[in-house]
Amino acid sequence: MLLHDTALIYGRCLRQSLRSRFALLFGLLMPMLYLLFFGPLLTGLPLGGRGSSWQVLVPGLLLQLGLFGASFAGFAIIIEKGHGVVDRMRVTPVSRLALLLGRVLRDATVFVFQAVLLVLAAVAMGLRAPLAGVLIGFVFVALLTVSLAALSYALAMRMGTPQGFGPAINALTMPSMLLSGLMLPMTLGPAWLDALSHLMPLRYLVDAVRDAYVGAYATGHMLLGSLVATGFALLAVTVGTRVFRTAGA
Amino acid sequence: MAIISTVSLARTFRTKSGTVQAVRGIDLTVREGEIVGLLGPNGAGKTTTLRMLTTLLAPTGGAATVAGHDLVKDPASVRRACGYVAQSGGVDPQLTVREELVTQGRMYRLGRARAAERARELAHELDLTDLLDRPCAALSGGRRRRLDIAMALLHEPRLLFLDEPTTGLDPAGRTALWDLVRRLRDDHGTTVVLTTHYLDEADALCDRLVVVDGGTVVAEGTPAALKLRYAGSADASLQDAFLALTGRSAAPADPAPVAV
Ligand SMILES: Nc1ncnc2c1ncn2[C@@H]1O[C@H](COP(=O)(O)OP(=O)(O)OP(=O)(O)O)[C@@H](O)[C@H]1O
Ligand SMILES: [Mg+2]
Repeated sequence: MLLHDTALIYGRCLRQSLRSRFALLFGLLMPMLYLLFFGPLLTGLPLGGRGSSWQVLVPGLLLQLGLFGASFAGFAIIIEKGHGVVDRMRVTPVSRLALLLGRVLRDATVFVFQAVLLVLAAVAMGLRAPLAGVLIGFVFVALLTVSLAALSYALAMRMGTPQGFGPAINALTMPSMLLSGLMLPMTLGPAWLDALSHLMPLRYLVDAVRDAYVGAYATGHMLLGSLVATGFALLAVTVGTRVFRTAGA
Repeated sequence: MAIISTVSLARTFRTKSGTVQAVRGIDLTVREGEIVGLLGPNGAGKTTTLRMLTTLLAPTGGAATVAGHDLVKDPASVRRACGYVAQSGGVDPQLTVREELVTQGRMYRLGRARAAERARELAHELDLTDLLDRPCAALSGGRRRRLDIAMALLHEPRLLFLDEPTTGLDPAGRTALWDLVRRLRDDHGTTVVLTTHYLDEADALCDRLVVVDGGTVVAEGTPAALKLRYAGSADASLQDAFLALTGRSAAPADPAPVAV
């Protein structure tokens, strides 16, 4: 039943997304700009990592894509809630977990699709990375979008208005991006900043994807990143499902 | 046999400006096959009561059995048995009428073919056949309301909750809806609980009325009994009975239109 319900909600959401080609590509704008106008600045700099500067930057841009895209997913549910669609689904026997999973899996699909386009553009710019590492990178993008979109839906259902939700997300995403070293590795910075960044779950993900992009798969970063990404996703989906179960206000 | 029975069902909301006792304690019994009207002034707690009975909102007090299942312990069984039309509807304006109907049927666990068949049947019954492939946004208010109602009927529920189903319908649409409700009861034995501000509608359609004010039941009985008891004569208008009960008229700004 969970599978049936999830597939049903996923299909409906995906058809909604496909209706708007613009929304399908819009999330790409910011990371593409970074790739084009910021990426070339790094090619000659000593970034401390193995491999080229592209192997450091592109993993960060992939997760930035997921961070900014998925965090704003909640806007859609505010609109749906306003139309009464969420309640109309909640009176049916459909699984509450499926109401969330169908949506976050749609988000994961959209952002992995954007991530593929981003990597193709990066290859054109000069990125060279092993295929397995690139695929691992997509898995991390998917896990990150599932987590953040689930939390975004939960927050949006609770707040109920775009006026409250938008500023809240803005206040959360910018520090998350800067503090997790998405643009440049945190190890370049002072010790206090590096230590602070270890409080951000995203830091572990970006370290893992950077390892994957240089073909280092059996590393501590990879293990830690996988654990954090999976744990974060489970936690977020649990929180999100609870909101779909109880949301009464 | 009672298909709904509630004991002191209550709901309190916590808001920034304090707590709101939307429903203070409703005792309600509805028998299988009845058409029951919930009446009451704006803010009386009608919608909140329906939202609890359909599992959308957890009660903060009391207990209820709906369609033979405990509301709190077994919400999934309650959901399978009920259909609900919210006061403000619930379709996505971008999607087509057919897509919304079929998806809704499948959420009620109908197979793909059966859901498509039910969508066609209901579209026929509610005069929406020509609109099946239009986006929901293109429907007029009254047609949208008919779609909302179709959305609650896909799984042929035993128990149907309608929150102000005829608000925004023209007189012909209103009588058509009354006929539909009567047909559902006569042909399928469906129990219907509806809210309305139109007293002529309550009078014409409902077997029994429950008047709610300030979150509690202040009167109940057949329309004739309420008129006799509160307005002094069975020939009095329900409006007079309602005024005597709540000290307010049902729809002050908008007198009940007469169906033609
Ligand atoms: N989510 C909520 N948070 C706070 N207060 C609420 C909430 N929902 C309803 N209320 C309050 O509960 C009371 C009952 O509201 P309800 O919507 O049940 O009334 P109603 O009888 O359906 O009125 P109407 O005829 O206007 O539809 C009102 O005072 C309303 O403001
Ligand atoms: Mg209401």
